[in-house]
Amino acid sequence: MIGQSITDLMHGFGVALELHNLMWSFFGVLIGNLIGVLPGMGALSAISMLLPLTYTMHPIPAILMLAGIFYGSQYGGAIGAILLNLPCHPPHAVTCLDGYPLTRQGKGGTALGITMISSFFAASFGIIVMIFASPLLVSIAFKFGPTEIFAIMLLGLLCGGTMARGSPLKGVAMTIIGLLIGIVGTDVNSGTARFDFGLIELSDKIELVALALGLFGVTEFLRSVNRMEAVGTGSKVRMRDMRPSKAEMKQAFFPMVRGTLIGTMFGAMPGTGPTITTFIAYAFERKISKTPERFGHGAIEGVAAPEAASHSKTQVDFIPTMSLGIPGDAVMALILGALLIQGIQPGPQLITEHADLFWGLIASFWIGNVLLVILNVPLMGVWVRLLQVPYRFLYPSALFFIAVGVYSTNNSLFEIGEVLVFGLVGALFVILDFPVAPILLGYVLGPMVEENFRRAMLLSRGDMMVFIEKPISAAFITLCALLVLTQVFFAFRAALRKRREQAMPV
Amino acid sequence: MSSFINKYNKDYYGGGLMLVLGLAAACQGASYKVGSLIRMGPGFFPVALGVLLALTGAAILLGAKSAIKPGEDKQLPSEWRGWSCITLSLVAFVALGKYGGLLPATFAITFIAAMGDRKNTILSALMLAAAMSVIAVVVFWWALHMQFPLFRWG
Repeated sequence: MIGQSITDLMHGFGVALELHNLMWSFFGVLIGNLIGVLPGMGALSAISMLLPLTYTMHPIPAILMLAGIFYGSQYGGAIGAILLNLPCHPPHAVTCLDGYPLTRQGKGGTALGITMISSFFAASFGIIVMIFASPLLVSIAFKFGPTEIFAIMLLGLLCGGTMARGSPLKGVAMTIIGLLIGIVGTDVNSGTARFDFGLIELSDKIELVALALGLFGVTEFLRSVNRMEAVGTGSKVRMRDMRPSKAEMKQAFFPMVRGTLIGTMFGAMPGTGPTITTFIAYAFERKISKTPERFGHGAIEGVAAPEAASHSKTQVDFIPTMSLGIPGDAVMALILGALLIQGIQPGPQLITEHADLFWGLIASFWIGNVLLVILNVPLMGVWVRLLQVPYRFLYPSALFFIAVGVYSTNNSLFEIGEVLVFGLVGALFVILDFPVAPILLGYVLGPMVEENFRRAMLLSRGDMMVFIEKPISAAFITLCALLVLTQVFFAFRAALRKRREQAMPV
Repeated sequence: MSSFINKYNKDYYGGGLMLVLGLAAACQGASYKVGSLIRMGPGFFPVALGVLLALTGAAILLGAKSAIKPGEDKQLPSEWRGWSCITLSLVAFVALGKYGGLLPATFAITFIAAMGDRKNTILSALMLAAAMSVIAVVVFWWALHMQFPLFRWG
């Protein structure tokens, strides 16, 4: 079976190396890197801004390009984090801790080099994991009926909600809001228009791009306008500086391996975001280090481990996204949405039915990472200059691109209004300390959750017990219950501790 | 607004908002056919979600009292100028897109949004808007043939 996977992967390389596919992959990596470097722009805004472009494309180049944008912007974000202490994308917040001190010591180039090596290593490892894991998934794929799919989606939603930053209850509330937004439009079974507020434009459904750009574009601008500090850096990074010395390589090697393993572990778990993964990788590295006091003052391990973790997680994250239809985080939810728009139903059958797409994507990850290394060596100077584009020029231009991008999806001005509404609502939620990313997760999964729940109930004649009678779904439901119980336990313990503190005034 | 929110606990507002939204969704959902578990109507799922959201909101409300963490509040000041300019710029794009065409809409969205930043002068905002207009014409109208006339009346 693994032999089969390797043959398929070879085929995938063939697909990814086709000239037009390679071109789109390259374009995605380049644009992703470019947008990722810009202050205040992360993978989410990069992907959602370019999503409309893919609507007219063939599915394979479209997905290859989106994936390219994703890891390109992730890498671009690392540049901002290390050189300017600007975490554009939350997972890079950890990289700042040691990356920026390294820059101030004049070793920013080395940190970037280590980042590049770590991400390449981690991505390669992730690909190997996928080669072994996917045949396993194919073999159990046919056992997945609507009951099982609903159970696993429930787990994904719960994970996505509770593991987001901040209070788990608020995350769950946002997930439900997302599910409700997913309901807007015409019900496929009965033709009833739901939550359309009498507007004909809403009787189709809410456009993914409008929602994503509202929540991650406009909300972000509303939050950071006039608050983005101007950054000036005198740091110059030359190609020569990027090659780490042998001693530094040796120092970074094991943290890189450990980070990769941590990322892989979390990647297989649906719903755990990349931010938590990088934080855990960093904390773990500091815990086992003989000299934990160096962390935060420019320890190269503190850059290698989280970067490796985030990249291997990204890679492995494609397994639940593509094969089960459960995105790990908001970025994956966007890619899932793009797949659905292309008419490709993610699910256990995807690996066999769209083998060229699945394996082509995996191969393109590897190729994309090579492209990234090649691109970044000569272009580093350009990136550094781009980092200094003032925010006051950046966000008005980005707003224009958002407006035009959303308009071009359906040639409709109404959807630009949707962007504004979601942007304002998102800003309100952010002020009230709600995480907005789970909304997207709920929105993308919503229609599938409802469809599968309805089917499961139809098949079981309305018997809810079916979810715990079938072994696979019972396992997922048990996991859901465990997740809820641990959250309740933590909340209870925290409340108890607080009460004890209040009882004993310090 | 934010200082107002600070004075009271944010979670009262957040939880309350979720409660109200949940109830509204459930009521609206109930107006479609709800059906039974065996034969679910289009209203079943919305009602279920609405009730769940309302319950979650209630739970947030109940926990709001203990959620106050003194010293951890670093609420940023309100930024009405930036907020209103960004909102207005999008409104202007929609309005001018409908009654003016791509070029005026592009100019308006960039100019108004740029005026939201205190460091931008009228001149720099004008320059930026002009640059974006050039991009709109060259890239979107000329190269990509977007279905959006440069000028139109009504």
